[in-house]
Amino acid sequence: MTVLLSIRDLAVRYQRDGVEVAALKGVSLDVLAGERLAIIGESGSGKSTLALAIAGLLAKSALVDGTIEWPPGQLQPSRFFAPPSVLPDISPARGEISSSAGGFPPATPEIGESDRDGSISPLVGEMSGRTEGGAVEHRRSNVRGELPRLGRDIGFVFQDPSSSLDPVMPIGRQIAEVVHTHLHLTWRDAYAKAKTLLERVRLPDPEATLRCYPHQLSGGQKQRVAIAAAIAAGPKLLIADEATSALDTIVQAEVVTLIRGLVAEDGMTLLFISHDIALAASLADRIAVLRHGELIELGQTDQIINAPRQSYTRALLDAHLGLDAKPLLDRKGASA
Amino acid sequence: MTVLAVSNLAKRYRRGGKPFAAVDEVSFEIGPAETLALAGPSGSGKSTIAKLVLRLIEPDAGRIDFEGGDFLALSGGSLRARRARLQMVFQDPLAAFNPRATVARVLDDPLRIHAIASRAERPLRIAALLERVGLETNLATRAIHEISGGQRQRVAIARAIATRPSLIVLDEAVSALDVSVRGQILELLLDLQRQERIAYLFISHDLGVIRAIAHRVVILDAGKIAESGDARTVIANPQSAVGKALVAATPKLVRTSQEAS
Ligand SMILES: Nc1ncnc2c1ncn2[C@@H]1O[C@H](COP(=O)(O)OP(=O)(O)O)[C@@H](O)[C@H]1O
Ligand SMILES: Nc1ncnc2c1ncn2[C@@H]1O[C@H](COP(=O)(O)OP(=O)(O)O)[C@@H](O)[C@H]1O
Ligand SMILES: [Mg+2]
Ligand SMILES: [Mg+2]
Repeated sequence: MTVLLSIRDLAVRYQRDGVEVAALKGVSLDVLAGERLAIIGESGSGKSTLALAIAGLLAKSALVDGTIEWPPGQLQPSRFFAPPSVLPDISPARGEISSSAGGFPPATPEIGESDRDGSISPLVGEMSGRTEGGAVEHRRSNVRGELPRLGRDIGFVFQDPSSSLDPVMPIGRQIAEVVHTHLHLTWRDAYAKAKTLLERVRLPDPEATLRCYPHQLSGGQKQRVAIAAAIAAGPKLLIADEATSALDTIVQAEVVTLIRGLVAEDGMTLLFISHDIALAASLADRIAVLRHGELIELGQTDQIINAPRQSYTRALLDAHLGLDAKPLLDRKGASA
Repeated sequence: MTVLAVSNLAKRYRRGGKPFAAVDEVSFEIGPAETLALAGPSGSGKSTIAKLVLRLIEPDAGRIDFEGGDFLALSGGSLRARRARLQMVFQDPLAAFNPRATVARVLDDPLRIHAIASRAERPLRIAALLERVGLETNLATRAIHEISGGQRQRVAIARAIATRPSLIVLDEAVSALDVSVRGQILELLLDLQRQERIAYLFISHDLGVIRAIAHRVVILDAGKIAESGDARTVIANPQSAVGKALVAATPKLVRTSQEAS
């Protein structure tokens, strides 16, 4: 299979109160084009850090080592791409970061963004690595090959859809902006495409939803809107970071089914991040297990579930309380 | 004998100007040392029932009998005294406590408020409570925000059992915990139930967790009871549409070789 992106010796450290936290340690991983790869692990294991590093959304203060390489030919060809060597040293487009986070433009564009169509893409390494000093060049070297553009090459869905939706902008406008920005359609066409996207994520009455504000929607509906925005520009890679964790079981299953369908229809690569090994296994072709910032096991879903190599993976599997597991009530004798 | 009996409980709110029943004609009972689970989709009324039982909100109709008396009729000192027997643990202990408070302070409050131990006795009581929930006694001096999520939930449980309750209401109490920690907390709850004969009203959206710990389950749909019964029987063979949907939506781990468990 073709490699979509190669991660080599990726290490990410955060500074908090003068103390360094190693969030990722020497992670190497190839994401294959078209696969559904799940990243699982307990809280604090580094799952979100890995997702943010790939998407170029790491906090500016994060210290990054290693490389994320996008082999040629894997990204959308773009007339707006400058070769990396001639990238001007622009200030990081902060609006673009938060906007790209949900695939949305900022409510108030910042200087340098008016010419967004032709602006420089937020680079993975640039975003993660830009520090006050002269560390920019060093950081940039973290990304090799073509440079992915968030919102267009990568769609990102967060656990909390409200964090990526503008509360005071109609849903239709928010999605149309992504389309307008990345696909260069006219506003009329962008709105038409937004409506099609709302149909694709199976929102009832897309026409009316275009005019809705986020607070008028349920949690599950907001997540569908966030997914519509994330896939609006036809990204190669969709990253879902605990995207269904805040939803109830029934809505979670519906959203997982939706993601599975969209990924298949558009031939997207999926990075599905979850603390729930059973949920991950229901969706993924391969599963990567993170523990304390290290990638301890990676394999086909069937192998991870039925023949885990690491005792930690086995422990995670055994801790899962399934509908066929022996109830704890029975394990220690009866009561009541 | 029952610890808690709820009958024809109703609570109405307004949505978009129109009244709707968040809880509608709900009745159930819980016996000593029994765990009754409330399951249902989000918005089905689980937390509203928890708040009604705890009298954090008042019902529009219905009756709540707790330890054999009309709980809704109590007020003032008699309500306060009875409240010591009815405790709660919520999903996020950080939200429930002042994060800067020390663990000792959090455990001191119920002992003081309900006059369970004298000032001189309290440090010993606190140490005993920490040991009871599997925490080191030297954790007492740490701030709530400094300890891990699992430790915080143990502190919340220690606080709940400090007043020797007959019933604890747990609303999504293990939902935010990692699987390994979750298993340990569930074991702790079972252990406490067996030793102290505490009853639990256990709210969870996770049928796997409910099946592991609950004796009986009530499945709610839009404020009404859709079905109820023995937890394993209901989950193995749900009859209601919402029960079937919940079971179908629960992620299944299909393991063909199970050497470990
Ligand atoms: N912005 C940040 N500043 C400081 N530490 C952070 C930051 N983000 C994450 N961390 C720390 O990095 C580690 C990995 O976190 P994260 O990637 O969020 O894990 P996960 O998503 O698996 O829960 C944790 O110890 C976490 O506390
Ligand atoms: N204070 C309130 N005012 C108005 N509506 C409320 C209030 N509290 C809860 N509701 C509504 O009552 C219904 C039941 O909510 P809740 O008991 O929190 O459900 P659950 O805990 O099962 O998710 C929901 O539709 C919710 O929006
Ligand atoms: Mg995370
Ligand atoms: Mg609730």
